Amino acid sequence: MMLIPAVLLALVFQYIPMGGIVIAFQDYKPYLGFSGSEWVGWDNFRYLFLYPDVGQVIWNTLFIALFKIVAGLIAPLLFAILLNEVRLVGFKRVSQTLVYLPHFLSWVILGGILLDILSPQGGIVNQLIVALGGEPIFFLGDGTWFRVTLIVSDVWKEFGFGTIVFLASLAGINPALYEAAEVDGANRFKQTLHITVPALIPITIVLLTLSIGNILNAGFDQVFNLYNPLVYDKGDIIDTFVYRLGILNGKMSFATAVGLFKSVVATILIVISYRLAYKLANYRVF
Amino acid sequence: MYYKTKGYRIFSIANYTFLGILSLLCILPIIHILAVSFSSMAPASSNMVTFWPIGFTTDAYVKTFGNSNFINSLWVSVNRTVLATIIGIVIMLITAFPLSKEDTSFKGRSWYTWFFVFTILFSGGLIPSYILVQKLGLMNTIWALILPGALSVWNVILMMNFFRGLPKELEEAAYLDGAGHIKTLFLVYVPLSLPAIATLSLFTMVAQWNSWFDGMIYMSDIKDYPLASLLQTIIVQQDLSKINVDPSMLENISQRTVRAAQIFIGALPILLVYPFLQRFFVKGIVIGAVKG
Repeated sequence: MMLIPAVLLALVFQYIPMGGIVIAFQDYKPYLGFSGSEWVGWDNFRYLFLYPDVGQVIWNTLFIALFKIVAGLIAPLLFAILLNEVRLVGFKRVSQTLVYLPHFLSWVILGGILLDILSPQGGIVNQLIVALGGEPIFFLGDGTWFRVTLIVSDVWKEFGFGTIVFLASLAGINPALYEAAEVDGANRFKQTLHITVPALIPITIVLLTLSIGNILNAGFDQVFNLYNPLVYDKGDIIDTFVYRLGILNGKMSFATAVGLFKSVVATILIVISYRLAYKLANYRVF
Repeated sequence: MYYKTKGYRIFSIANYTFLGILSLLCILPIIHILAVSFSSMAPASSNMVTFWPIGFTTDAYVKTFGNSNFINSLWVSVNRTVLATIIGIVIMLITAFPLSKEDTSFKGRSWYTWFFVFTILFSGGLIPSYILVQKLGLMNTIWALILPGALSVWNVILMMNFFRGLPKELEEAAYLDGAGHIKTLFLVYVPLSLPAIATLSLFTMVAQWNSWFDGMIYMSDIKDYPLASLLQTIIVQQDLSKINVDPSMLENISQRTVRAAQIFIGALPILLVYPFLQRFFVKGIVIGAVKG
């Protein structure tokens, strides 16, 4: 059958690693292998909750992810509503083309750009701040500013792309509604408030519920490409923590335990959020 | 009429200005980097360049392309992108086709669907995947970059939905004319699905070109790094110890103009395919993602 290659790929590259999770319950030593390594039961998980940094890491993850979700939903929503008021088709098209672009660039490229423009030694953003009479800000070296930078740059990268679903819903509004409202004497603001906004509520609820599943994903690519030891305390998230511990420090079992913990919580959340989305807005993904 | 009122006109002007600024914000950083990359060293390092090169020169590009690591990585990236896109699209097609059938004509369809969807929900995580690639002996080969991601379940779902939208009579007619499953797929379904396939191919290409993390963990020698991984190492981490070059080269690499040139070259393929991508993708995504 045609499914054979896909089944094989899924088995090998998805299901076999799931089997590899056993090392979370072992004291895995690469030279001893799965069968030779010592079983330690739940020790790695016990260690996880006692490890001094873990609480902070989980908190960072939740904090950053939550702000990204909320800001990442509001920004495209507002942008779509404002763009909907634009009558010049050319302006609309050019504007859309420009704002979608950052979505397609990787965090490596954008990280390189941000490192350059946010540099405290004369990066163009700091030049602007100084020109306006402010003090230069070390965006990527200060914990609080680092979080702000993460959230703002994530919104900047994705808000344009996020408007697509909202614009699609707006395109589905029956123009007769606007005409009727106009006949009734509603001005444009009232029309927006009573027709446009309600039309966007269902899709907003869907996106919000679906994002619950992502609450433990604060964005590995972005954080990894922007952070440095100065901001580990405020900027370390679960994924970067697993990487540093597992691959760089060789604590493979412990890192796998952390990863498993995250994976299990995320799976539960995703299932809950899909159910919710189905209940609240009758939305089905599959 | 509302659009003739004074209030609405003021709003319009403010709105156009605001949206214009937002749009520019998305492109200006890239223009700035481009300007820096074409400027000569002195104005660039004293931060005089804004959005237009000062002391125009292509030195930074000449130096970048004179670096053998860079050329190597570019080649790895091109190879990987082409191979992975072809393999990925073929696998997507032959997987989505049977899954798009009705339960009655394909027994076990929903079982297979769940078998694939489950991999989206739950995964073994970073370390077990890493150990697997190591045990399969894929380390330091290009296959370590291609095979683990060759099956994209998301793409399969999008493609499956697209196939379902095609009229069933086509398939029946093809079978009556004696075409097998493979023939039906490639001679009937594929030609009809070109816009969707083009969108997903471009998405796959972009993802492959941008992918950097796998290169960094699966390749031990910087010579095998794809471009994105190399850029991550030298621009973002600014870890120059990994690259074996003479000191004069190091000096070049650490220059701001050269960094800017490298960033720009890394982004260039995306900027080039983007206009084509843009035409298709709104339709492509909306069909797949917001059905109903």
